Amino acid sequence: MQTTIVNAKEKATEAKTPQANAANVVVQQVSGSVAVMEAFLAEGVETIFGYPGGAIMPIYDALYDYRDKMEHILVRHEQGAIHAAQGYARTSGKTGVVFATSGPGATNLVTGLADAQIDSTPLVCITGQVFAHLLGTDAFQETDIINITTPITKWNYQVTDANEIPSVLAKAFFVAKSGRPGPVLIDITKNAQVQKFEYSGYSTCEFIRSYRPKPIVRKEYIQQAAEIINAAEKPFVVFGQGVILGKAEKEFKQFIERSGIPAAWTIMGLSALPSDHPLNVGMLGMHGNYAPNVLTNECDVLIAVGMRFDDRVTGRLDKYAKQAKVIHLDIDPAEIDKNVKATVPVWGDCKETLPLLTELLEQKCYPQWLQKFKQLEQEEIAACIYKELNPSTEEMTMGEVVKVLNELTNGDAVIVTDVGQHQMVACRYAKFNQSMSNITSGGLGTMGFALPAAIGAKFGAQDRTVVAIIGDGGFQMTLQELGTIMQCGVDVKILILNNRFLGMVRQWQELFHSRRYSFVDMESPDFVQLAKAYRIDGQSISNREDLKAALQEMLAHKDSYLLEVMVGKENNVFPMVEAGTSVSDIRLK
Amino acid sequence: MFKQEFTITIYTENTIGLLNRIAIIFSRRKINIESMNSSPSEIDGIHRFTIVINETEEVVRKLARQIEKQVEVLKAYYNSGDEIVWQELALYKVPTDEIAEKVKVERLLREFGARAVVIRKDYTVFETTGHREETEKLLKVLEPYGLIEFVRSARVAIIKDSHGFHEKLKEFEALNPSGELVTNEYLNQQEEVFDV
Repeated sequence: MQTTIVNAKEKATEAKTPQANAANVVVQQVSGSVAVMEAFLAEGVETIFGYPGGAIMPIYDALYDYRDKMEHILVRHEQGAIHAAQGYARTSGKTGVVFATSGPGATNLVTGLADAQIDSTPLVCITGQVFAHLLGTDAFQETDIINITTPITKWNYQVTDANEIPSVLAKAFFVAKSGRPGPVLIDITKNAQVQKFEYSGYSTCEFIRSYRPKPIVRKEYIQQAAEIINAAEKPFVVFGQGVILGKAEKEFKQFIERSGIPAAWTIMGLSALPSDHPLNVGMLGMHGNYAPNVLTNECDVLIAVGMRFDDRVTGRLDKYAKQAKVIHLDIDPAEIDKNVKATVPVWGDCKETLPLLTELLEQKCYPQWLQKFKQLEQEEIAACIYKELNPSTEEMTMGEVVKVLNELTNGDAVIVTDVGQHQMVACRYAKFNQSMSNITSGGLGTMGFALPAAIGAKFGAQDRTVVAIIGDGGFQMTLQELGTIMQCGVDVKILILNNRFLGMVRQWQELFHSRRYSFVDMESPDFVQLAKAYRIDGQSISNREDLKAALQEMLAHKDSYLLEVMVGKENNVFPMVEAGTSVSDIRLK
Repeated sequence: MFKQEFTITIYTENTIGLLNRIAIIFSRRKINIESMNSSPSEIDGIHRFTIVINETEEVVRKLARQIEKQVEVLKAYYNSGDEIVWQELALYKVPTDEIAEKVKVERLLREFGARAVVIRKDYTVFETTGHREETEKLLKVLEPYGLIEFVRSARVAIIKDSHGFHEKLKEFEALNPSGELVTNEYLNQQEEVFDV
C-alpha cells in the first residue's frame, strides 16, 4: 500500500474516480470536522448524544451531511448526553459517544465523566474548544477542560491541528474500549475543526507503545489458585462488573458450576448471572443480603472476580475476610492488593483466565456450605424481605412494586436505577435473566443518572423493555430530559417511587442522627401533568389494588410512559451494614 | 509499616499534560513530593521522571501501579536509597570580594569538590553535586560570607540493579506488535461531502 501525493487538480479527479486508484491510499483535502465523522463511521458509531454550541459548530455542520448514517440525539443538558451515552454503552457493549461545546458545555460533562471513570464505562466525548490562538486568554466560553478532566478520564487530549484528528480519534476509541474500559475526552479547537488537511484515510488503532490494556496471564498463578480452590471447604465467589465488561458470563457460569461454589454479586455485577441460578446467593455490601455478608467472614477461600472491593462492599477492611485466602481475578493490576491483600493474584481478562482456571478445577459441590446461605436467607426473609414484599401496612413499599414489575416482565427488562433507597431496593429485588440488564450509577452514586441513562439504554437495546426506576429526588435533577424523550420518541418506561423524602439521607438521619430530618422533606410537582406537558402519558397511584393494572398499562403502552407510585414515607432499606462496621455485623432491622 | 524515602522512576511518552496527570496521583492522596525531575531518557521520545517521596512501601507500591495505569506511562519503578545511585546539583552565588578575601578558595574547592562556574567582579557561582548532606555542608560554610543565592536541583537517580530500560521496551514491543493498517471503507463513498 502506498500513499499518493497529488496536487489540487489531481485531487479533484481522484476523488471522483476512486476506483482508478484502488490500490493506493486516496489523499483528499478534508476539514478536521469531516475527519471526525469519518473516524466515527470507521469505528461503527451509530448513535451520538450531544448538544451543539458555538465552539463545536463546524463538527455539527459536518454531521449534517452524515445524518443518514449516524443518529444524533439532541438532549436538554450535556449531563443528560453523557449519562445517555453511559446507558447506551452499558446495554450495547459499544462505546458511547458524546458531543458538547466548549466552556459550560464541556464542564457539564464532568459528573458523567467521573461516573463513567469509576464504573469503567467506555465513552468518547468530543468537546469543541475556542480557536488555538485564544487558548489561555479567558476567551468567551473557554475553560481548561483538559486539566479539569484529567483525574476523571482514562485519557484526554487537546487537538489544535486537524492533521492529528484521525490518529487521535483512533487512539481514543482504542483506549476507551480496551482493557479496563473508561471515558476519553478529546477537546478540538475550532481552527482544527475547520482546517483543511491532506487526509489519507483512517486507520484503527490496535497498539500504543506505552499502553498495555491486558496484563500477561501468569499460568503459575492460575495453577496456585486452582490448588487452593480444590482444597477449600467453604469457598465463596464474589463477582463484579468485570464479568460483564469481559463478556465472560458464559465462562463465569461454567466456572461456578464446575466448582460448585456459591456466588454473590456487587451491584455492578448484577445480571451477569441469572437471578434464579441455584448458586446465586445474592447481593454483597451495605444493603446487600444477610447471608453473603455474614459468610464473607466465615469462608476459607474468597474468590473475587472482576470486582474492586469497594468500601460499600467491604465495610471495615481490617475485619473483612481475615480468615480467608483471597484469590483476586482482575484485568487491572492496580486493583490487586489495593484494598484487600490477595493470596494469589490472577491478572488478566476474566474471559481468558476463567476457562484456564475452570479447566484445573475438580467437579465439586458444597451442600452443607450452601445450606448455610439458605438458612441465613430464611432469617433475612423472616426479618425483612417478607415484610417488604408483602406489607401489612396501607402504604405501599418499594419492594412490592419491584416484585410486581418482576412478575410482569419475567426478568427480561432492562432496569435503570437512580441513586438512593429505590436503587438499593431495585437491585435487591429485581430479577434478571440476561446480562447487561442492570444499569445504575454504582461507584459515584449520581442522582439524576437514571432518566438520561434510560434513554441511552433504550438506544443500546432497542428490542428490550427499558424501565427507569427513579426516586422523586433524583428525577428532579435531570427531568428536563423528558424533552429529549418527547423529541426523539424513544420508548422509556419511567417508574417514580415517590416517598416525598430524600429517602436514603432520611434513613441515615433516622438511624444515626436521632431523627433530625434536616432538609430532606421534598415537595414535588404534579409529575403526571409535567409529563403530559412533554406529551408523555402517565398516571399516579397510591392504592395497592391499582398497582398491577398500572404497571401493566405502563408496560403495554406503545410509547414512553410515566407511572408515579406513592410509597411509604418512612420505609427503611434493610439489611444494612453501618458505615465503619464489619460486614458480619450486618443488621436486619 | 514505617515511612521512608523512596525514589520513583517513571518512563513515559513525551506528551503535554502527563506531568499533571502524574502529579494528580500524588496530590489526590495528599502525598507531598519532595523533589521531581523530568528529562529525556536514553531512548528517543521517552522521558524519565524521578520523583522522591516519603511514604510506606505499601503506599508507594500502590502509587506505582496507579502511575503505570496511565496510558502514556511505560513503566514505574520504586526504590529505597540503597538501591539507587543518586545525585543532586547545587549552585551557590557569593560575593567575589568576600570569598576572595576571607576564604581560601582553593581549599574550599578541593574540600567540597566544588567548581567555579562563573567568576565576576561582583559575584562568583560555585557548583557541587552530591547527596543532600554533601551539598548542605558547603552551604553552611558559605553562609557566613554573604551567600547571595542558593539553588538545588531535583534528584536524578540510576537504579543499581537494572540493565537499562531500552531492553525492556524491546520486550514490550515484541509482545504487542502493531497491527495492520485498516483503511476506512467509507472514505471513497463520501466524495460529495469532501471539499476538493
